[in-house]
Amino acid sequence: MTFFFEVLIGGLLSGVLYALVALGFVLIFKASGVFNFAQGAMVFFAALTFVGFTEVLPGWTGLAEGGRAVFWLAFLLALGSMIVLGIATEKVVLRPLVNQPAITLFMATIGLTFLVEGIAQGIWGTSVRGLDLGIQDEPIMWVLDRADMIVSKFDVFAAAVALVLFIVLALLFQYTRVGRALRAVADDHQAALSVGIPLKHIWAIVWGVAGFVALVAGLIWGARNGVQFALTFTALKALPVLILGGFTSVPGAILGGLIIGASEKLAEVYVGPFVGGGIESWFPYILALLFLLVRPEGLFGEKHIDRV
Amino acid sequence: MQFKKSLMLGAAVAGLLTTGFAAAQEQYIGLPSYRVGAYAAGGTGLYGGWIDYMTLVNERDGGVGGVKLTWEECETEYNNARGVECYERMKNRGPTGNSVFQPLSTGITYSVLDRVANDKIPLVTMGYGRTDAADGRVFPWVFPLITTYWSQNTAKIKFIGMKEGGMDKLKGKKIVNIYHDSAYGKETIPVLDAQAKQYGFDIIHIPVAHPGNEQQSQWLRVRQERPDWVILRGWGVMNPTAIRTAARTGFPREKIVGVWWSGSEEDVIPAGDGAKGYIAAGFNVAGRDFPVIKEIEKHVYAKNKGNMEDKSRIGSVLYNRGVVHGIITLEAMRTAQAKFGAGKSLTGEQMRWGFENLNITDERLAELGASGFLPPLATSCMNHEGSGKVKFQQWDGTKWNVITDWIDSDQSLVRPMIEESAAKYAAEKGITPRDCSKEM
Repeated sequence: MTFFFEVLIGGLLSGVLYALVALGFVLIFKASGVFNFAQGAMVFFAALTFVGFTEVLPGWTGLAEGGRAVFWLAFLLALGSMIVLGIATEKVVLRPLVNQPAITLFMATIGLTFLVEGIAQGIWGTSVRGLDLGIQDEPIMWVLDRADMIVSKFDVFAAAVALVLFIVLALLFQYTRVGRALRAVADDHQAALSVGIPLKHIWAIVWGVAGFVALVAGLIWGARNGVQFALTFTALKALPVLILGGFTSVPGAILGGLIIGASEKLAEVYVGPFVGGGIESWFPYILALLFLLVRPEGLFGEKHIDRV
Repeated sequence: MQFKKSLMLGAAVAGLLTTGFAAAQEQYIGLPSYRVGAYAAGGTGLYGGWIDYMTLVNERDGGVGGVKLTWEECETEYNNARGVECYERMKNRGPTGNSVFQPLSTGITYSVLDRVANDKIPLVTMGYGRTDAADGRVFPWVFPLITTYWSQNTAKIKFIGMKEGGMDKLKGKKIVNIYHDSAYGKETIPVLDAQAKQYGFDIIHIPVAHPGNEQQSQWLRVRQERPDWVILRGWGVMNPTAIRTAARTGFPREKIVGVWWSGSEEDVIPAGDGAKGYIAAGFNVAGRDFPVIKEIEKHVYAKNKGNMEDKSRIGSVLYNRGVVHGIITLEAMRTAQAKFGAGKSLTGEQMRWGFENLNITDERLAELGASGFLPPLATSCMNHEGSGKVKFQQWDGTKWNVITDWIDSDQSLVRPMIEESAAKYAAEKGITPRDCSKEM
């Protein structure tokens, strides 16, 4: 039974990290109705930009390599880069496509993916980098000693950061003017414009916030697996989370992440050996597909009703 | 006036002849590289090393046997369709067409396998591709040189046996094989199963789905199984994730032995301190302390003609592997020139002969400044692998350290498996294997 809980807890913690990536999708979908295919590329761009700045800043500024000052300066510069990227996306990609069908916007984000990936590697190179956030990825000894269970310090830290971010963003959406404007824009671009909501500002804000979320996700995933192109694959983990939790709900992303994280790990351990193993990559999609049959809008997604 | 005209005509003819002559003094090598996309980190290192070696030979020696090397890169992005496109685009370039095709991708290898035989271009797959292509009777155009996955795997078991104090000590031990859940990952399962029977150890195969950026459940299973050793057969992000997750679950890294695609700096640096002690096999070693690398620094980088933007990567595992690709390709060219004549461009068929008659001895490696850099190699019509030896390197947190000499593979196990698999392929494709006694 200890092993079961060990797998379950590990899965739940991983699920929170999937939800963190899914959150970027949710933000942009809520505000613009766009499924941003480029979210994985943004995670990669953000992490690579951060690490790139940590490498060049000591030479530029004379600050000590690996010091806190370099870390925070690199964080701010990377955040600034993500905001610039967000604003540029709004101006160059989205604004010309206002009121176009969703599929057009989606296609535009596919193009954006290649552009962002290329720019990131063009500026910072293709080398794989390590990233140390100062939190050791080792078991919490207290849990190991008492329950003989491995729970990673790093995963707990990452999950805590993600949960704080979720709470802040949920409050932003529910209780602020910007949040209400975001939801209005998501409902109908033209209607929102007609009541005086500045669409371009809202989109710039939301892409900027999504950039911030991508940066946090990039740092955490980058510290786990290295800052490399494979960070773009984290988006694959977020898709079933979105289907399950709904494309427009922050709490849905969290719950979806937890369900996907826990179920894929348990399935891999307990079902995998009977079907040849390696089911972790497709099991969440099967689960999401089954869920779609019962509740197409996801756990917390908005029900879509068309008048005929 | 007449004299002036004659002079001009003579000069023009001489110019044309010179141009024509210069064009014939060139050996074209098409490089299907990948410098962008998911696997760019590997591609830039390997193709960078290879190009640097060819630049060295051009700069220092004026080419091979008076023939200058020319090359052209074609970006495949590690994509099969693009790889085939690059193959087709490059096959007729240069005075005699492409000399050799080395795609650094098993997928592209399979995609062009039939084409190379039709176009008479040797396909060299060093450390990847079809293992059974080592049987040159069935695969005359394919060269999985130095060592195959199967050979390497038997060397790994030998290494583990050495560490345990002898092969007889393997009895009753437990080894977990963590593999990339793909054709590449599964390829060594039959060899491991056969060796488990032979030596009496337990083998447990645990797959990791692509891309492998989450492995908590697999390593918790490893923890539950409590194996003596883990063999890591990873690819890309799966490698650092495996090493890091092993560290998190408390499995000792000095008991993990990786394949050569899990044994570069790119595989361990992202895992941070968790990678200290991790061991990987390799058919080339890392480091700058080899005369060949020092020559590259002296004749190429000192003249600002190097291919690597990030010079700190010179001497890395993948960079050095690129140099090995260069060494072997040019040795095949020299071998072919010795038979077909120096000072002229070789055809694909002639290059194929060169690859099939390689004999890179320890003495020759010393002349090349590559003693210990790669193993000695001798190919034949029967044997397109040529060596089968590997060394083992251990990561100390900052660099790879070689911890063994070249370890032989178990050809008594591997060769019959290769021949059986090749014969099956020949039967499927209706190929009549060559009679090697008639080959010269």
